[in-house]
Amino acid sequence: MKAPILSSWFGKSAVTAPPDIESAALRSDRFRLEREGDWQRLEDIVKRMEKGGLRRISDDELLALPTLYRTAASSLSVARETSLDAATLRYLEALVQRAWFQVYGPRKGFFAWFKEFILGGWSRAVREIWLDVCIALFVMVAGTLVGWLLVSQNSEWYYRLVPGGFADTRVPGASREVLMDTLGTEDSADRLSIFAASLFSNNAGVAILAFALGFAFGIPSLLLLVHNMALLGAMMWLFVGADLGVEFTAWLSVHGTTELFAILLAGAAGLHIGRSMAFPGDKSVLEAASASGRRGAVVMAGVVFMMVIAGLLEAFPRQLVGSVEGRFTIGGAFLVFWLTYFFLYRPARAEDGI
Amino acid sequence: MSAATSLRGLTNRPKQERYLVTPEGIEIPIMLASKGSRLGAIILDFLFFFVVIYAVVYFLIFVGGGVFDAVGDSMEGATGAFEFLYILFILFLFFMRYGYFMAMELGPRSATWGKRIVGIRVAARDGGRLTPEAVIARNLLRDIELFMPLVFLIFAPSGEQGNYGIAGAIWFAIFMFFPFFNKDNLRAGDIIAGTWVVEAPRTKLAETLSTSGAAASAGSSTLTGAKYEFGEAELSVYGEHELQVLERLLREDKDDALGPVHETICRKIGWDPGAGDERAFLEAFYAQLRAKLEGDMRFGKRKANKHA
Repeated sequence: MKAPILSSWFGKSAVTAPPDIESAALRSDRFRLEREGDWQRLEDIVKRMEKGGLRRISDDELLALPTLYRTAASSLSVARETSLDAATLRYLEALVQRAWFQVYGPRKGFFAWFKEFILGGWSRAVREIWLDVCIALFVMVAGTLVGWLLVSQNSEWYYRLVPGGFADTRVPGASREVLMDTLGTEDSADRLSIFAASLFSNNAGVAILAFALGFAFGIPSLLLLVHNMALLGAMMWLFVGADLGVEFTAWLSVHGTTELFAILLAGAAGLHIGRSMAFPGDKSVLEAASASGRRGAVVMAGVVFMMVIAGLLEAFPRQLVGSVEGRFTIGGAFLVFWLTYFFLYRPARAEDGI
Repeated sequence: MSAATSLRGLTNRPKQERYLVTPEGIEIPIMLASKGSRLGAIILDFLFFFVVIYAVVYFLIFVGGGVFDAVGDSMEGATGAFEFLYILFILFLFFMRYGYFMAMELGPRSATWGKRIVGIRVAARDGGRLTPEAVIARNLLRDIELFMPLVFLIFAPSGEQGNYGIAGAIWFAIFMFFPFFNKDNLRAGDIIAGTWVVEAPRTKLAETLSTSGAAASAGSSTLTGAKYEFGEAELSVYGEHELQVLERLLREDKDDALGPVHETICRKIGWDPGAGDERAFLEAFYAQLRAKLEGDMRFGKRKANKHA
């Protein structure tokens, strides 16, 4: 079975001229010899489409493709009724299958897909999982509260919730000046782009993890949300304790409205999958999982996009814009934008005509 | 479609075969990719993955070195260019991790390089189009199936991470053995995306058998000039299954395998098996048996094998 694949790598074997039709002793072989020219033309077109998409074939061939495909398909059904030539049947089955993938394949190019995605597909997918978004939002708020409450009970919790890398100078008992300093700005944009790129890569990774873990009935996704938000709650407690609540919120809001929104959506998409697998309703579990998985994938493609924006916001405006008002304006504008895009912007569904 | 064309009911169809019904109403068999070929594909993909990453890293180090040479001792000029290279590197790693499989599976062959080499592809399980959403979904899951536990496994031997290594191994095992516990060999990503992995057949059109040798000349051998003609009773001994075995034998073109078959057929139909002209005999027998069986098919009579 593997031999023909290898041989196809090492040059083409010489194509011999087909025998003339009259010499065939069998009616089914005559049938085949009359049509095999069309089959081979179809195979040739399909082979080139598989190699390089539509660029490699001419307009004539593109027009001929559906006809040739139907010819081969009808040859197959006739041959099944009249021919006992197993090799020809196998060839036709393989050919029709390959051609089918090309004729009915995902020929919506990436850019066409992306346009549909931006102009409605994404916001529609987000609205479709509204219930999961609500649950995830609730969990995130609860997580923040839990973090706050734990730390206010016992400040030792702070060191458990906030990883060392972040904690540096931002620890319980630090003076207001030290904390204020961490909310400050940079003088120039040097190195901030590296910061942006690594933030993006890291945050997108976390979001994808939250989505993928939804597979286990959504529970790990929710735990991940709680854990991340508890960290935020702990830090809020620290800054509010130093009477820096407003400054901290402003500092956070620049990128936070985008980043936290993205994390919310990622968690909700994961939860959506988990929930539909636990409660598939009148569909089978597999059907429910794949329908919700595709919907979640659309949301996730958008989440990665949001993470790019959040990374840029975090690295540049947050580090360069110092005023509390300026920071609130940027963060608020993005929040309004996302809310409008997801919940008010409702274009008609562009039918993709399957 | 008459019942005869439905492949589902037929015996002797492979267990890993599934069916796709085209909009024209024709049933096409598709073979699920074996677990072995999928494993082979992922190993090959990982090889490519790491080769590309190492190549890029060395390239960046090479260019990075060049940046330092160009600016000499002053680091001022170097930082900007270096920063740029570093960002490229971070973004490159990200897009390799998430983009490599996705971009390749969105292409016209719906397969990564590894899958192409072993001859398999991704397809939508419902028989429809393979949508970009499905490809995104199945590859986002790859992160928790492969990359994450692999990171755990890399740290496990050092003991630094304690039980995380063992947890990672268990995690890894759960996802690796996932395809063994469902009949369609689905991995977790396939379930979420509604996809499966199937063989991408590359069958060549074989020669017509009835235009060559003794079959073409109404049963007369080019070697001895003898003419083989079989009667109704002699041809009704065998059915379609035996015909296919005979076809495979003739196509394989191994002359030493023909002798025993020649002998068996002769004994079965009561002829005296000679020697030296087996191929012509079998070609003639094949062509005439096929003509008879195909003639019967047109009248709706089918004989599956010699017992039928």
